[in-house]
Amino acid sequence: MRILVSTTGRILRQLHHDRRTVALLVVVPILLLTLLYYMFDDKALPPGLPSPFDRIGLIMLGVFPFVIMFLITSIAMLRERTTGTLERLLTTPLRKTDLLFGYGIAFGLAAAVQATVAAGAAYWLFDLDTAGHTGLVILIAIANAVLGVALGLFCSAFARTEFQAVQFMPVVVLPQALLCGLFVPRDQMAGWLEAISNVMPMSYAVEALQEVGAHAEPTGTLWRDLGIVVGCVIVALVAAAATLRRRSG
Amino acid sequence: METAIEVRDLVVHRGKAEVLHGLTCRVPRGCVMGLLGPSGSGKTTLMRAVVGVQIITSGTVTVLGEPAGSPTLRRRVGYQAQTPSVYPDLTVRENVRYFASLYGLGAQAADAAIADVGLRDAASQLVSTLSGGQLSRASLACALVARPEVLVLDEPTVGQDPVLREELWQRFRDLAANGTTLLISSHVMDEADRCDRLLLIRDGRIIADDTPAGVKAAGGTTDLDQAFLTLIRTHEMAATEGRTA
Repeated sequence: MRILVSTTGRILRQLHHDRRTVALLVVVPILLLTLLYYMFDDKALPPGLPSPFDRIGLIMLGVFPFVIMFLITSIAMLRERTTGTLERLLTTPLRKTDLLFGYGIAFGLAAAVQATVAAGAAYWLFDLDTAGHTGLVILIAIANAVLGVALGLFCSAFARTEFQAVQFMPVVVLPQALLCGLFVPRDQMAGWLEAISNVMPMSYAVEALQEVGAHAEPTGTLWRDLGIVVGCVIVALVAAAATLRRRSG
Repeated sequence: METAIEVRDLVVHRGKAEVLHGLTCRVPRGCVMGLLGPSGSGKTTLMRAVVGVQIITSGTVTVLGEPAGSPTLRRRVGYQAQTPSVYPDLTVRENVRYFASLYGLGAQAADAAIADVGLRDAASQLVSTLSGGQLSRASLACALVARPEVLVLDEPTVGQDPVLREELWQRFRDLAANGTTLLISSHVMDEADRCDRLLLIRDGRIIADDTPAGVKAAGGTTDLDQAFLTLIRTHEMAATEGRTA
Protein backbone atom coordinates (compact mmCIF):
# COMPACT_ATOMS: atom_id res chain seq x y z
CA MET A 1 0.00 0.00 0.00
CA ARG A 2 2.81 2.40 0.99
CA ILE A 3 4.63 1.67 -2.25
CA LEU A 4 1.45 2.16 -4.29
CA VAL A 5 0.91 5.57 -2.68
CA SER A 6 4.49 6.72 -3.26
CA THR A 7 4.43 5.43 -6.85
CA THR A 8 1.20 7.32 -7.53
CA GLY A 9 2.78 10.40 -5.96
CA ARG A 10 5.88 10.04 -8.10
CA ILE A 11 3.85 9.86 -11.32
CA LEU A 12 1.79 12.90 -10.30
CA ARG A 13 5.01 14.81 -9.49
CA GLN A 14 6.32 14.01 -12.97
CA LEU A 15 3.10 15.40 -14.41
CA HIS A 16 3.37 18.43 -12.14
CA HIS A 17 6.82 19.29 -13.56
CA ASP A 18 5.38 19.09 -17.08
CA ARG A 19 3.15 22.17 -16.97
CA ARG A 20 2.56 22.25 -20.68
CA THR A 21 1.11 18.74 -20.68
CA VAL A 22 -1.20 19.70 -17.81
CA ALA A 23 -2.34 22.77 -19.73
CA LEU A 24 -2.98 20.70 -22.86
CA LEU A 25 -4.91 18.13 -20.83
CA VAL A 26 -7.28 20.78 -19.55
CA VAL A 27 -7.57 23.11 -22.53
CA VAL A 28 -7.71 20.79 -25.55
CA PRO A 29 -11.07 19.12 -24.72
CA ILE A 30 -12.65 22.57 -24.27
CA LEU A 31 -11.31 23.73 -27.63
CA LEU A 32 -12.65 20.63 -29.35
CA LEU A 33 -16.02 21.01 -27.66
CA THR A 34 -16.09 24.61 -28.87
CA LEU A 35 -15.52 23.43 -32.44
CA LEU A 36 -18.28 20.87 -32.09
CA TYR A 37 -20.67 23.40 -30.62
CA TYR A 38 -20.28 25.89 -33.46
CA MET A 39 -20.33 23.09 -36.06
CA PHE A 40 -23.83 22.13 -35.00
CA ASP A 41 -24.99 25.64 -34.17
CA ASP A 42 -27.94 27.15 -36.04
CA LYS A 43 -28.99 23.85 -37.57
CA ALA A 44 -32.72 23.81 -38.17
CA LEU A 45 -33.97 20.92 -36.09
CA PRO A 46 -37.16 18.96 -36.53
CA PRO A 47 -39.14 19.50 -33.33
CA GLY A 48 -38.84 16.83 -30.64
CA LEU A 49 -35.38 15.60 -31.63
CA PRO A 50 -32.41 16.25 -29.33
CA SER A 51 -29.86 18.66 -30.72
CA PRO A 52 -26.80 17.01 -32.33
CA PHE A 53 -24.55 18.69 -29.77
CA ASP A 54 -26.47 17.05 -26.93
CA ARG A 55 -25.87 13.68 -28.59
CA ILE A 56 -22.31 14.06 -29.89
CA GLY A 57 -20.94 16.45 -27.28
CA LEU A 58 -22.02 14.05 -24.58
CA ILE A 59 -20.25 11.10 -26.23
CA MET A 60 -17.15 13.22 -26.77
CA LEU A 61 -16.91 13.79 -23.02
CA GLY A 62 -16.24 10.05 -22.77
CA VAL A 63 -14.05 9.73 -25.87
CA PHE A 64 -11.48 12.49 -25.11
CA PRO A 65 -10.19 11.08 -21.83
CA PHE A 66 -9.93 7.61 -23.33
CA VAL A 67 -7.85 8.74 -26.32
CA ILE A 68 -5.63 11.14 -24.40
CA MET A 69 -4.91 8.85 -21.46
CA PHE A 70 -4.18 5.95 -23.81
CA LEU A 71 -1.54 8.02 -25.61
CA ILE A 72 0.03 9.54 -22.49
CA THR A 73 0.23 6.22 -20.71
CA SER A 74 1.73 4.28 -23.58
CA ILE A 75 4.48 6.89 -23.94
CA ALA A 76 5.09 7.11 -20.16
CA MET A 77 5.38 3.34 -19.83
CA LEU A 78 7.58 3.10 -22.91
CA ARG A 79 9.89 5.65 -21.27
CA GLU A 80 10.06 3.50 -18.15
CA ARG A 81 11.13 0.62 -20.33
CA THR A 82 13.68 2.43 -22.50
CA THR A 83 15.38 4.48 -19.76
CA GLY A 84 15.90 1.40 -17.59
CA THR A 85 13.80 2.70 -14.70
CA LEU A 86 11.36 -0.20 -15.16
CA GLU A 87 14.16 -2.75 -14.88
CA ARG A 88 15.48 -0.94 -11.83
CA LEU A 89 12.04 -0.81 -10.19
CA LEU A 90 11.65 -4.54 -10.71
CA THR A 91 14.85 -5.16 -8.70
CA THR A 92 13.27 -3.36 -5.70
CA PRO A 93 10.49 -4.57 -3.35
CA LEU A 94 7.92 -2.88 -5.65
CA ARG A 95 5.23 -5.26 -6.90
CA LYS A 96 4.08 -5.11 -10.50
CA THR A 97 0.59 -4.14 -9.38
CA ASP A 98 2.01 -1.17 -7.41
CA LEU A 99 3.33 0.24 -10.65
CA LEU A 100 0.29 -0.53 -12.82
CA PHE A 101 -2.28 0.66 -10.29
CA GLY A 102 -0.07 3.65 -9.56
CA TYR A 103 -0.41 4.69 -13.19
CA GLY A 104 -4.14 3.89 -13.14
CA ILE A 105 -4.73 6.06 -10.07
CA ALA A 106 -2.42 8.94 -11.01
CA PHE A 107 -3.72 9.32 -14.55
CA GLY A 108 -7.25 8.55 -13.32
CA LEU A 109 -6.95 11.61 -11.04
CA ALA A 110 -5.64 13.69 -13.94
CA ALA A 111 -8.58 12.46 -16.00
CA ALA A 112 -10.99 13.41 -13.21
CA VAL A 113 -9.76 17.01 -13.39
CA GLN A 114 -9.93 16.95 -17.17
CA ALA A 115 -13.42 15.43 -17.26
CA THR A 116 -14.75 17.87 -14.66
CA VAL A 117 -13.46 20.89 -16.56
CA ALA A 118 -14.69 19.54 -19.91
CA ALA A 119 -18.12 18.65 -18.50
CA GLY A 120 -18.32 22.04 -16.80
CA ALA A 121 -17.64 23.74 -20.12
CA ALA A 122 -20.14 21.53 -21.95
CA TYR A 123 -22.95 22.16 -19.46
CA TRP A 124 -22.42 25.81 -18.64
CA LEU A 125 -20.86 27.30 -21.76
CA PHE A 126 -22.58 25.20 -24.38
CA ASP A 127 -25.87 24.33 -22.62
CA LEU A 128 -25.42 20.60 -22.90
CA ASP A 129 -28.67 19.02 -21.86
CA THR A 130 -28.86 15.56 -20.28
CA ALA A 131 -31.79 14.00 -18.46
CA GLY A 132 -29.43 12.37 -15.92
CA HIS A 133 -26.91 13.83 -13.49
CA THR A 134 -23.63 15.51 -14.51
CA GLY A 135 -21.80 13.52 -11.85
CA LEU A 136 -22.61 10.30 -13.71
CA VAL A 137 -21.19 11.74 -16.92
CA ILE A 138 -17.94 12.57 -15.09
CA LEU A 139 -17.87 9.14 -13.46
CA ILE A 140 -18.19 7.39 -16.84
CA ALA A 141 -15.56 9.71 -18.33
CA ILE A 142 -13.13 8.75 -15.53
CA ALA A 143 -13.84 5.04 -16.00
CA ASN A 144 -13.16 5.47 -19.70
CA ALA A 145 -9.92 7.35 -18.96
CA VAL A 146 -8.74 4.54 -16.70
CA LEU A 147 -9.62 2.10 -19.49
CA GLY A 148 -7.35 4.16 -21.77
CA VAL A 149 -4.59 3.97 -19.12
CA ALA A 150 -4.93 0.19 -18.75
CA LEU A 151 -4.90 -0.44 -22.51
CA GLY A 152 -1.96 1.96 -22.88
CA LEU A 153 0.03 0.07 -20.22
CA PHE A 154 -0.67 -3.18 -22.03
CA CYS A 155 0.04 -1.91 -25.57
CA SER A 156 3.31 -0.22 -24.61
CA ALA A 157 4.79 -3.72 -24.18
CA PHE A 158 4.53 -4.21 -27.93
CA ALA A 159 6.30 -1.00 -28.90
CA ARG A 160 10.05 -0.48 -28.85
CA THR A 161 10.05 3.14 -29.96
CA GLU A 162 7.79 6.17 -29.56
CA PHE A 163 7.03 5.95 -33.29
CA GLN A 164 5.60 2.49 -32.79
CA ALA A 165 3.75 3.47 -29.63
CA VAL A 166 1.80 6.27 -31.29
CA GLN A 167 0.83 3.89 -34.10
CA PHE A 168 -1.18 1.90 -31.58
CA MET A 169 -3.53 4.85 -31.30
CA PRO A 170 -5.11 4.24 -34.74
CA VAL A 171 -5.01 0.49 -34.14
CA VAL A 172 -6.63 0.43 -30.70
CA VAL A 173 -8.52 3.69 -30.41
CA LEU A 174 -9.89 4.52 -33.88
CA PRO A 175 -11.86 1.31 -34.51
CA GLN A 176 -13.50 1.75 -31.11
CA ALA A 177 -14.33 5.37 -31.86
CA LEU A 178 -15.76 4.45 -35.28
CA LEU A 179 -17.89 1.56 -34.03
CA CYS A 180 -18.98 2.82 -30.61
CA GLY A 181 -22.21 4.32 -31.90
CA LEU A 182 -20.96 7.85 -32.36
CA PHE A 183 -21.37 7.89 -36.15
CA VAL A 184 -23.98 5.21 -36.74
CA PRO A 185 -26.18 3.71 -34.02
CA ARG A 186 -24.80 0.25 -33.29
CA ASP A 187 -28.11 -1.56 -33.90
CA GLN A 188 -28.22 -0.09 -37.41
CA MET A 189 -24.80 -1.42 -38.40
CA ALA A 190 -24.16 -4.51 -40.48
CA GLY A 191 -24.38 -7.57 -38.24
CA TRP A 192 -20.65 -8.32 -38.27
CA LEU A 193 -19.78 -4.71 -37.44
CA GLU A 194 -22.22 -4.76 -34.55
CA ALA A 195 -20.64 -8.01 -33.38
CA ILE A 196 -17.22 -6.32 -33.38
CA SER A 197 -18.59 -3.30 -31.56
CA ASN A 198 -20.10 -5.65 -28.98
CA VAL A 199 -16.65 -6.81 -27.88
CA MET A 200 -15.16 -3.32 -27.75
CA PRO A 201 -15.24 -1.77 -24.28
CA MET A 202 -15.79 1.79 -25.49
CA SER A 203 -19.17 0.79 -26.97
CA TYR A 204 -20.37 0.23 -23.41
CA ALA A 205 -18.99 3.50 -22.12
CA VAL A 206 -20.81 5.32 -24.91
CA GLU A 207 -24.03 3.40 -24.25
CA ALA A 208 -23.76 4.34 -20.57
CA LEU A 209 -23.41 8.02 -21.50
CA GLN A 210 -26.45 7.75 -23.79
CA GLU A 211 -28.38 6.29 -20.86
CA VAL A 212 -27.49 9.35 -18.76
CA GLY A 213 -28.55 11.54 -21.68
CA ALA A 214 -31.96 9.89 -21.96
CA HIS A 215 -32.97 8.97 -18.40
CA ALA A 216 -33.29 11.09 -15.29
CA GLU A 217 -32.41 8.21 -12.94
CA PRO A 218 -29.44 5.85 -13.38
CA THR A 219 -30.67 2.76 -15.25
CA GLY A 220 -29.72 -0.89 -14.90
CA THR A 221 -28.13 -0.75 -18.35
CA LEU A 222 -25.92 2.13 -17.17
CA TRP A 223 -24.61 0.20 -14.18
CA ARG A 224 -24.12 -2.95 -16.27
CA ASP A 225 -22.18 -0.96 -18.89
CA LEU A 226 -20.05 0.70 -16.26
CA GLY A 227 -19.37 -2.73 -14.76
CA ILE A 228 -18.24 -4.01 -18.16
CA VAL A 229 -15.83 -1.07 -18.57
CA VAL A 230 -14.37 -1.67 -15.10
CA GLY A 231 -14.07 -5.39 -15.88
CA CYS A 232 -12.15 -4.57 -19.07
CA VAL A 233 -9.83 -2.31 -17.04
CA ILE A 234 -9.00 -5.20 -14.72
CA VAL A 235 -8.44 -7.63 -17.60
CA ALA A 236 -6.15 -5.13 -19.34
CA LEU A 237 -4.18 -4.49 -16.13
CA VAL A 238 -3.69 -8.22 -15.53
CA ALA A 239 -2.56 -8.63 -19.14
CA ALA A 240 -0.21 -5.66 -18.68
CA ALA A 241 1.24 -7.25 -15.52
CA ALA A 242 2.02 -10.34 -17.57
CA THR A 243 4.12 -8.20 -19.94
CA LEU A 244 6.36 -6.93 -17.12
CA ARG A 245 9.25 -9.37 -16.92
CA ARG A 246 11.78 -9.21 -14.15
CA ARG A 247 14.33 -11.06 -16.28
CA SER A 248 15.30 -10.31 -19.86
CA GLY A 249 17.77 -11.71 -22.35
CA MET B 1 35.26 -16.00 5.03
CA GLU B 2 31.52 -16.05 4.38
CA THR B 3 30.51 -15.94 0.73
CA ALA B 4 28.26 -13.14 -0.52
CA ILE B 5 28.12 -14.01 -4.22
CA GLU B 6 28.80 -17.39 -5.73
CA VAL B 7 28.72 -17.98 -9.49
CA ARG B 8 29.08 -21.52 -10.84
CA ASP B 9 29.50 -22.55 -14.49
CA LEU B 10 27.47 -19.56 -15.64
CA VAL B 11 26.57 -19.63 -19.32
CA VAL B 12 24.59 -16.73 -20.81
CA HIS B 13 23.40 -16.11 -24.34
CA ARG B 14 22.38 -12.71 -25.58
CA GLY B 15 20.52 -13.22 -28.81
CA LYS B 16 22.22 -16.17 -30.48
CA ALA B 17 25.70 -15.36 -29.24
CA GLU B 18 27.10 -16.99 -26.12
CA VAL B 19 28.57 -14.11 -24.11
CA LEU B 20 29.56 -15.88 -20.89
CA HIS B 21 31.17 -19.29 -21.30
CA GLY B 22 30.90 -21.11 -17.99
CA LEU B 23 32.09 -18.54 -15.45
CA THR B 24 32.86 -19.61 -11.90
CA CYS B 25 33.84 -17.19 -9.15
CA ARG B 26 32.97 -16.15 -5.62
CA VAL B 27 32.94 -12.88 -3.74
CA PRO B 28 33.44 -12.95 0.05
CA ARG B 29 31.25 -10.79 2.28
CA GLY B 30 32.55 -7.29 2.95
CA CYS B 31 34.83 -7.43 -0.07
CA VAL B 32 35.24 -4.79 -2.76
CA MET B 33 35.46 -6.85 -5.92
CA GLY B 34 36.65 -4.99 -8.99
CA LEU B 35 35.31 -6.29 -12.28
CA LEU B 36 37.62 -5.32 -15.10
CA GLY B 37 37.68 -5.97 -18.77
CA PRO B 38 37.22 -4.26 -22.11
CA SER B 39 33.85 -3.15 -23.39
CA GLY B 40 31.90 -6.18 -24.62
CA SER B 41 33.76 -8.63 -22.39
CA GLY B 42 30.62 -9.59 -20.44
CA LYS B 43 31.00 -7.41 -17.31
CA THR B 44 27.51 -5.99 -17.52
CA THR B 45 25.98 -9.39 -18.32
CA LEU B 46 27.66 -10.91 -15.26
CA MET B 47 26.40 -8.07 -13.06
CA ARG B 48 22.89 -8.41 -14.44
CA ALA B 49 23.01 -12.13 -13.64
CA VAL B 50 24.05 -11.35 -10.05
CA VAL B 51 21.15 -8.89 -9.66
CA GLY B 52 18.82 -11.46 -11.22
CA VAL B 53 17.56 -9.49 -14.22
CA GLN B 54 19.47 -11.55 -16.79
CA ILE B 55 17.99 -14.71 -18.31
CA ILE B 56 20.72 -17.33 -17.94
CA THR B 57 21.26 -20.43 -20.06
CA SER B 58 22.84 -22.66 -17.42
CA GLY B 59 24.81 -22.57 -14.20
CA THR B 60 23.85 -21.03 -10.86
CA VAL B 61 24.20 -17.63 -9.28
CA THR B 62 23.76 -17.52 -5.50
CA VAL B 63 23.61 -14.25 -3.58
CA LEU B 64 23.57 -14.22 0.24
CA GLY B 65 22.68 -17.90 0.16
CA GLU B 66 19.68 -17.53 -2.16
CA PRO B 67 19.27 -17.86 -5.92
CA ALA B 68 19.91 -14.49 -7.61
CA GLY B 69 16.70 -12.56 -8.21
CA SER B 70 14.79 -14.15 -5.30
CA PRO B 71 12.04 -11.87 -3.95
CA THR B 72 13.71 -11.66 -0.51
CA LEU B 73 16.92 -10.41 -2.15
CA ARG B 74 15.16 -7.34 -3.56
CA ARG B 75 15.64 -5.52 -0.24
CA ARG B 76 19.20 -6.76 0.21
CA VAL B 77 20.79 -6.13 -3.20
CA GLY B 78 21.22 -2.69 -4.77
CA TYR B 79 21.97 -2.18 -8.44
CA GLN B 80 23.19 0.75 -10.48
CA ALA B 81 23.01 0.02 -14.19
CA GLN B 82 25.49 1.52 -16.61
CA THR B 83 22.84 3.76 -18.15
CA PRO B 84 21.55 6.12 -15.45
CA SER B 85 18.09 4.77 -14.58
CA VAL B 86 16.44 7.77 -12.96
CA TYR B 87 13.47 9.94 -13.93
CA PRO B 88 14.68 12.94 -15.95
CA ASP B 89 11.48 14.88 -15.25
CA LEU B 90 11.93 14.76 -11.46
CA THR B 91 14.46 16.54 -9.27
CA VAL B 92 17.37 14.64 -7.72
CA ARG B 93 15.66 14.76 -4.34
CA GLU B 94 12.33 13.51 -5.71
CA ASN B 95 14.08 10.62 -7.45
CA VAL B 96 16.06 9.50 -4.40
CA ARG B 97 13.08 9.94 -2.08
CA TYR B 98 10.95 7.81 -4.37
CA PHE B 99 13.49 4.98 -4.41
CA ALA B 100 13.91 5.34 -0.62
CA SER B 101 10.14 4.97 -0.19
CA LEU B 102 10.20 1.62 -2.02
CA TYR B 103 12.27 0.31 0.90
CA GLY B 104 10.15 2.00 3.53
CA LEU B 105 12.76 4.70 4.14
CA GLY B 106 12.08 8.39 4.60
CA ALA B 107 13.42 11.76 3.56
CA GLN B 108 16.35 11.56 5.97
CA ALA B 109 17.82 8.46 4.31
CA ALA B 110 17.31 10.07 0.91
CA ASP B 111 19.09 13.27 1.92
CA ALA B 112 21.99 11.27 3.36
CA ALA B 113 22.39 9.33 0.09
CA ILE B 114 22.33 12.59 -1.89
CA ALA B 115 25.06 14.00 0.36
CA ASP B 116 27.07 10.77 0.00
CA VAL B 117 27.34 11.23 -3.76
CA GLY B 118 28.10 14.95 -3.47
CA LEU B 119 24.85 16.20 -4.99
CA ARG B 120 23.57 18.24 -2.05
CA ASP B 121 23.83 21.49 -3.99
CA ALA B 122 21.99 20.02 -6.97
CA ALA B 123 19.28 18.27 -4.95
CA SER B 124 16.44 20.46 -6.17
CA GLN B 125 17.62 20.45 -9.77
CA LEU B 126 15.69 18.51 -12.41
CA VAL B 127 17.66 15.42 -13.40
CA SER B 128 17.35 16.35 -17.09
CA THR B 129 19.49 19.44 -16.42
CA LEU B 130 22.38 17.56 -14.77
CA SER B 131 25.77 16.95 -16.33
CA GLY B 132 26.74 13.40 -17.29
CA GLY B 133 28.77 12.87 -14.11
CA GLN B 134 26.02 14.28 -11.88
CA LEU B 135 23.44 12.15 -13.64
CA SER B 136 25.41 9.00 -12.94
CA ARG B 137 25.80 10.03 -9.27
CA ALA B 138 22.04 10.66 -8.99
CA SER B 139 21.53 7.10 -10.19
CA LEU B 140 24.16 5.88 -7.71
CA ALA B 141 22.34 7.65 -4.86
CA CYS B 142 19.18 5.69 -5.72
CA ALA B 143 21.17 2.45 -5.35
CA LEU B 144 22.91 3.51 -2.10
CA VAL B 145 19.80 4.83 -0.37
CA ALA B 146 18.49 1.43 0.74
CA ARG B 147 21.83 0.50 2.41
CA PRO B 148 21.75 -2.94 0.79
CA GLU B 149 24.06 -5.74 1.90
CA VAL B 150 25.28 -6.28 -1.65
CA LEU B 151 25.87 -3.40 -4.05
CA VAL B 152 26.33 -4.07 -7.74
CA LEU B 153 27.63 -0.94 -9.46
CA ASP B 154 28.21 -0.85 -13.20
CA GLU B 155 30.89 1.76 -13.94
CA PRO B 156 29.83 4.22 -11.23
CA THR B 157 32.83 6.52 -11.62
CA VAL B 158 32.82 7.09 -15.38
CA GLY B 159 33.13 10.77 -16.25
CA GLN B 160 33.60 11.86 -12.63
CA ASP B 161 35.98 14.57 -11.59
CA PRO B 162 39.10 13.11 -9.89
CA VAL B 163 38.32 14.65 -6.49
CA LEU B 164 34.81 13.22 -6.55
CA ARG B 165 36.08 9.86 -7.70
CA GLU B 166 38.38 9.85 -4.71
CA GLU B 167 35.43 10.64 -2.42
CA LEU B 168 33.25 7.96 -3.99
CA TRP B 169 35.93 5.33 -3.53
CA GLN B 170 36.38 6.43 0.07
CA ARG B 171 32.61 5.94 0.46
CA PHE B 172 32.80 2.45 -1.10
CA ARG B 173 35.66 1.51 1.25
CA ASP B 174 33.61 2.74 4.26
CA LEU B 175 30.64 0.66 3.18
CA ALA B 176 32.85 -2.42 2.82
CA ALA B 177 34.36 -1.77 6.25
CA ASN B 178 30.81 -1.92 7.62
CA GLY B 179 30.19 -5.29 5.98
CA THR B 180 28.68 -4.32 2.61
CA THR B 181 29.83 -6.41 -0.33
CA LEU B 182 30.54 -4.41 -3.48
CA LEU B 183 30.89 -5.63 -7.04
CA ILE B 184 32.15 -2.67 -9.06
CA SER B 185 33.00 -2.65 -12.73
CA SER B 186 35.48 -0.23 -14.17
CA HIS B 187 37.86 0.14 -17.01
CA VAL B 188 40.15 2.55 -15.24
CA MET B 189 43.16 0.64 -13.97
CA ASP B 190 44.09 3.08 -11.22
CA GLU B 191 40.81 2.15 -9.55
CA ALA B 192 41.74 -1.51 -9.57
CA ASP B 193 44.33 -0.86 -6.86
CA ARG B 194 41.57 0.21 -4.48
CA CYS B 195 39.78 -3.13 -4.67
CA ASP B 196 40.31 -6.08 -2.33
CA ARG B 197 40.09 -8.48 -5.22
CA LEU B 198 40.03 -8.23 -8.98
CA LEU B 199 38.19 -10.24 -11.57
CA LEU B 200 39.49 -9.70 -15.08
CA ILE B 201 37.21 -10.97 -17.79
CA ARG B 202 37.75 -10.96 -21.51
CA ASP B 203 35.47 -12.42 -24.18
CA GLY B 204 33.24 -13.98 -21.54
CA ARG B 205 36.04 -15.86 -19.74
CA ILE B 206 37.85 -15.15 -16.50
CA ILE B 207 41.51 -14.32 -17.07
CA ALA B 208 42.43 -13.44 -13.51
CA ASP B 209 40.75 -13.73 -10.13
CA ASP B 210 43.16 -12.50 -7.47
CA THR B 211 44.16 -9.63 -5.19
CA PRO B 212 45.76 -6.62 -6.92
CA ALA B 213 49.12 -7.71 -5.48
CA GLY B 214 48.55 -11.27 -6.73
CA VAL B 215 47.72 -10.01 -10.22
CA LYS B 216 50.89 -7.92 -10.26
CA ALA B 217 52.99 -10.86 -9.10
CA ALA B 218 51.47 -13.16 -11.73
CA GLY B 219 52.20 -10.57 -14.40
CA GLY B 220 55.72 -10.10 -13.12
CA THR B 221 55.39 -6.31 -12.81
CA THR B 222 54.23 -3.60 -10.38
CA ASP B 223 52.15 -1.97 -13.11
CA LEU B 224 48.59 -3.34 -13.20
CA ASP B 225 48.03 -2.35 -16.83
CA GLN B 226 51.17 -4.22 -17.83
CA ALA B 227 50.29 -7.16 -15.60
CA PHE B 228 46.90 -7.53 -17.29
CA LEU B 229 48.46 -7.40 -20.71
CA THR B 230 50.86 -10.19 -19.75
CA LEU B 231 48.03 -12.27 -18.29
CA ILE B 232 45.91 -11.84 -21.41
CA ARG B 233 48.84 -12.92 -23.62
CA THR B 234 49.56 -15.94 -21.45
CA HIS B 235 45.91 -16.85 -21.52
CA GLU B 236 45.73 -16.54 -25.29
CA MET B 237 48.86 -18.58 -25.78
CA ALA B 238 47.47 -21.32 -23.56
CA ALA B 239 44.22 -21.26 -25.53
CA THR B 240 46.04 -21.53 -28.87
CA GLU B 241 48.19 -24.37 -27.60
CA GLY B 242 45.07 -26.07 -26.29
CA ARG B 243 43.53 -25.90 -29.76
CA THR B 244 46.61 -27.16 -31.63
CA ALA B 245 47.31 -29.98 -29.18
